[in-house]
Amino acid sequence: MSDLRTLYQEVILDHSKRPRNFRLPADSNRQAEGFNPLCGDRITLYLKLDGDRITDLAFQGSGCAISTASASLLTETLRGKTTAEAEELFGKFHDLVTGKAKGTDSLGKLAVFSGVSEFPIRVKCATLAWHTLKSALEGGEKPVSTE
Amino acid sequence: MGTATTASHDVGHRPRRPFDVQRVREDFPILKQEVHGKPLVYLDNAATTQKPRQVIEAEQQFYLHDNSNIHRGVHELSERATQAYEDGREKVRRFLNARESREIIFVRGTTEAINLVAQTFGRERVGAGDEIVISAMEHHSNIVPWQILCQEKGARLRVAPINDRGELIWEEFLKLLGARTRLVAVTHVSNVLGTVNPVKAIVDAAHRLDIPVLLDGAQAAPHQPVDVQALDCDFYAFSGHKVYGPTGVGVLYGKAKLLEAMPPYQGGGDMISSVTFEKTTYNTLPYKFEAGTPNVAGVVGLGAAIDYVSEIGLERIAAYEQELLQDAIRKLEKVPGLTMIGAARQKAAVISFVLEGLHPHDVGTVLDQEGVAVRTGHHCAQPLMDRFQVPATTRASFALYNTHQEVDALVAGLHKVREVLG
Repeated sequence: MSDLRTLYQEVILDHSKRPRNFRLPADSNRQAEGFNPLCGDRITLYLKLDGDRITDLAFQGSGCAISTASASLLTETLRGKTTAEAEELFGKFHDLVTGKAKGTDSLGKLAVFSGVSEFPIRVKCATLAWHTLKSALEGGEKPVSTE
Repeated sequence: MGTATTASHDVGHRPRRPFDVQRVREDFPILKQEVHGKPLVYLDNAATTQKPRQVIEAEQQFYLHDNSNIHRGVHELSERATQAYEDGREKVRRFLNARESREIIFVRGTTEAINLVAQTFGRERVGAGDEIVISAMEHHSNIVPWQILCQEKGARLRVAPINDRGELIWEEFLKLLGARTRLVAVTHVSNVLGTVNPVKAIVDAAHRLDIPVLLDGAQAAPHQPVDVQALDCDFYAFSGHKVYGPTGVGVLYGKAKLLEAMPPYQGGGDMISSVTFEKTTYNTLPYKFEAGTPNVAGVVGLGAAIDYVSEIGLERIAAYEQELLQDAIRKLEKVPGLTMIGAARQKAAVISFVLEGLHPHDVGTVLDQEGVAVRTGHHCAQPLMDRFQVPATTRASFALYNTHQEVDALVAGLHKVREVLG
């Protein structure tokens, strides 16, 4: 039970039920699709890039609580960040959910995903939005898959 | 002496009635364990069943005493191994009530059995403009091999639709059968919905137009008696590991006449009767389709599994599982926000459901923490998920060792799901 509460923290449940920036933006200039065939999670992430700064993010799709909350928190966290900062955060986030790093200092709200490391099979859910982000930044045409 | 013999017979004899699930559970060592501190409740039997001690020991005995390659050596061990392998074939023949044991081809599983038919029978019989009929409730393994074939040949895959209960729409199915239909390939029992298809009527309807029928029996063989002669199907496929046997071994039954006319599947050892660099003469049935060293120990294990279920009796297993199913349906109906997908009037002990506002993946994670193992996802049937407009479901599937207490554990687990996820 304690493990479950670490995984499904209030912030995660809140973002999964009321995802932020869950919309189709009119003026995005980058987008990418992400797909997790294991559970059928599918998201489309929209970015507005101004030079190398991300000025707006939004997403649509359907997925489990972890992947939806992760996408929602990603869109909140990265607004106003540069692409380099975004990629650096992805690295830190990845280390957090795979249990490679314990420190959560620079992760802000994203620290709520620390419980994922106890559930290795859910790492794909937590990182789907981030892989999709990477694809959008790289201008990928093909949908990314976690497989 | 006579008394002693009688007594020892009695000890080994399983009482025919009533069905003693606790005694059955004693045969499955794996069930006696805790997961996350809770007793394991294994409800993922449609994915694979657990193995009784009798199957594990049969494989172990084979490797400890009889292991050798088959059909070749003149030595004692090869003789024994060959005998054990062919005994397995005879057990499968009886299990399916096939006319002849040469109609039983050993493969890796249902998937390979279907691919074998697609790549041999299909390649030869299907041409441009021809049609293959499947249903909307097929597993990917009874969709993709036909898609590959159709693409290669310029043929067309026709899909018989299903109604909201998850049953084949009979009139629509009949409409699809025609002069261009080369094969009907449908599942006997749906792995997602539990729907038992009217396979005898399907075979009869197809045969009136001289169309052969393949039945995917992966989910049927463990749950009900199968008689391929009574069904009169042309091909029947099932997997060992879903009928309490080992992984990596399965069966393709085919009518001898059809199998004889089919080209070989793979080339190699054992499938030939003579080879020169100019010409190879293929072996007779069933060896023509069994190139290379087969899974001998797997066949021995499968034989033991068939002995196991046959001794209990598939009718009794089916009756007990139906009891569990009805109990589970009654109790799940009372869980707030739960919708079951598939309400076929003929249904095996498989229940797919969704919980309002919750993703199956999250449901599965919480249930797992309660020791309850279920399957979540699309169950290798994405077109079926699309049909019911759900991205995924949670599936509980039952086997002969499951209990009414385990149904209660599932329901209690679902209340916990609400508590944790809201």
